[in-house]
Amino acid sequence: MSTTVTTKEPASGIRRAAAGGQAGDSVFSALSLGAGVLILAVLAAVAVFLSLQALPTFRAPAEEISGGAGFFSYIWPLVIGTVVAALIALVIATPLGILVALYISHYAPARIAKPVGYIIDLLAAIPSVVYGAWGTTVLASSLVPFYTWAAEHLGFIPIFSGPASQTGKTMFTAGIVLAIMVLPIITAMSREIFIQTPKLHEEAALALGATRWEMIRMTVLPFARPGIISSVMLALGRALGETMAVALVLSSGPLMASLIQSGNQTIAAEIALNFPEAYGLRLSELIAAGLILFLITLVVNMIARAIIARYKEFSGAN
Amino acid sequence: MSKRIDVDNLNVYYGDFLAVEDVKMGIDARSVTAFIGPSGCGKSTFLRTLNRMHEVIPGARAEGQVLLDGEDLYGPGVDPVVVRSMIGMVFQRPNPFPTMSIRDNVLAGVKLNSKRISRGDADALVESSLQGANLWNEVKDRLDKPGSGLSGGQQQRLCIARAIAVKPDVILMDEPASALDPISTLAIEDLINELKQDYTVVIVTHNMQQASRISDRTAFFNIQGTGKPGKLIEYGPTSEIFSNPKQQQTEDYVSGRFG
Repeated sequence: MSTTVTTKEPASGIRRAAAGGQAGDSVFSALSLGAGVLILAVLAAVAVFLSLQALPTFRAPAEEISGGAGFFSYIWPLVIGTVVAALIALVIATPLGILVALYISHYAPARIAKPVGYIIDLLAAIPSVVYGAWGTTVLASSLVPFYTWAAEHLGFIPIFSGPASQTGKTMFTAGIVLAIMVLPIITAMSREIFIQTPKLHEEAALALGATRWEMIRMTVLPFARPGIISSVMLALGRALGETMAVALVLSSGPLMASLIQSGNQTIAAEIALNFPEAYGLRLSELIAAGLILFLITLVVNMIARAIIARYKEFSGAN
Repeated sequence: MSKRIDVDNLNVYYGDFLAVEDVKMGIDARSVTAFIGPSGCGKSTFLRTLNRMHEVIPGARAEGQVLLDGEDLYGPGVDPVVVRSMIGMVFQRPNPFPTMSIRDNVLAGVKLNSKRISRGDADALVESSLQGANLWNEVKDRLDKPGSGLSGGQQQRLCIARAIAVKPDVILMDEPASALDPISTLAIEDLINELKQDYTVVIVTHNMQQASRISDRTAFFNIQGTGKPGKLIEYGPTSEIFSNPKQQQTEDYVSGRFG
């Protein structure tokens, strides 16, 4: 290219072209730098706000904190409740979401795959308060027979110890509602990545005599693994922070092992339920709880990054 | 280990579109057979019907007979998965599994077909397959590294090692050297020459010199125009096709007058 330019145009032409390109380049690089800095600034601002507002809680004497035994003993049951609710959601939603995504990407005929995909995406558009209302009025009561059965037959396992809740407004119900809410995140992201599996590799597996499932196991799932992990982490973030659905569905109480009794509470629901009436130290407490939730989410995301990085060499990106 | 192929009355379709019409040919065991012809003439499509890979594409199907030592691959009750494990395939672009190590790539097909294999047997098979693909000396110290880290030519030989590890009856190659540099191409051609001691090799190529260098018999496919089906024009010993073809079309093509 440079030879044609030098022979057909004067040198100033080269300079002009280069200068124009550089201007566009620097504008774009400034814009993208600005966007990146803005995100970091927002994140830092949130962290600073939470830390400053939470400071009084960490300074206050233990007996003035709710529960009267200090912030740590106030927050740890909430942390466990939050994590347990999110884990129930992921245990249900991850395999289900991956299977639905595989069905859409590799099994369903095109005329079925599209509508199913749209319907799954629609699930993401339903406001969480609607899920909460449905969970508390419909799902909770219809799960009561199952809880009663579980308490009778599986009661020896701590998480199913009775007596079962007769309203069904339990941690388990909250987890199921959360599972349905995060299902579209996992399905939509996994489907996108499953579709991108190179045909080349799928055909390589099939040509070796792989059945469709073996082909998926050899090529699609390994190819999609980082994407699946990202989608699960995104779903985890949503489940950890989900407020309204849990606040409506769960009949909260102190921490307990059983998931089929009333009790337990999550950080987000605790904040939402108490925030309107909170002032002074109580407000600071809730914000401190928010800070803890923020930190949990941050750690979860860092772990996800680390997992994805571990598979980089084999990711197929190279 | 090596079997012959007889094709009769084979019509290949994409949906309603007839892509290849009425092919009849016999492919000898332990020989190299080359398919040549202009782009879109259906030679790759036809090749993919020989191991039932064609029907992987939605709507694609084939009618007629493909006999592998007398057994019809399109007969009732024949499982395409079994057919593909007996007839190996090497593709145009090297496609080792990126998430697997070199060793696992070689063993990929074996683990599918016979499931259990002792570590000692696996090591021996990895070595013999990579030796068979002339790749062993280059990779023996990094068998646990990903296959995608190799050069293009090495990747393609890895794919050949993967194909021969399952001890197929036939190896199909769809323009295996067209994405490679001349030196890697030469390595692949030498390899094909060795492979025919043990295997029936069928190769599609755009490169007529390549066909004349490596094949025993050559089939020339042509197409009369877009939307028309591809046809087998002439099939015979390679020397005859290139020096003394019976059909005018073949002569025009091999002498470079079109295509």
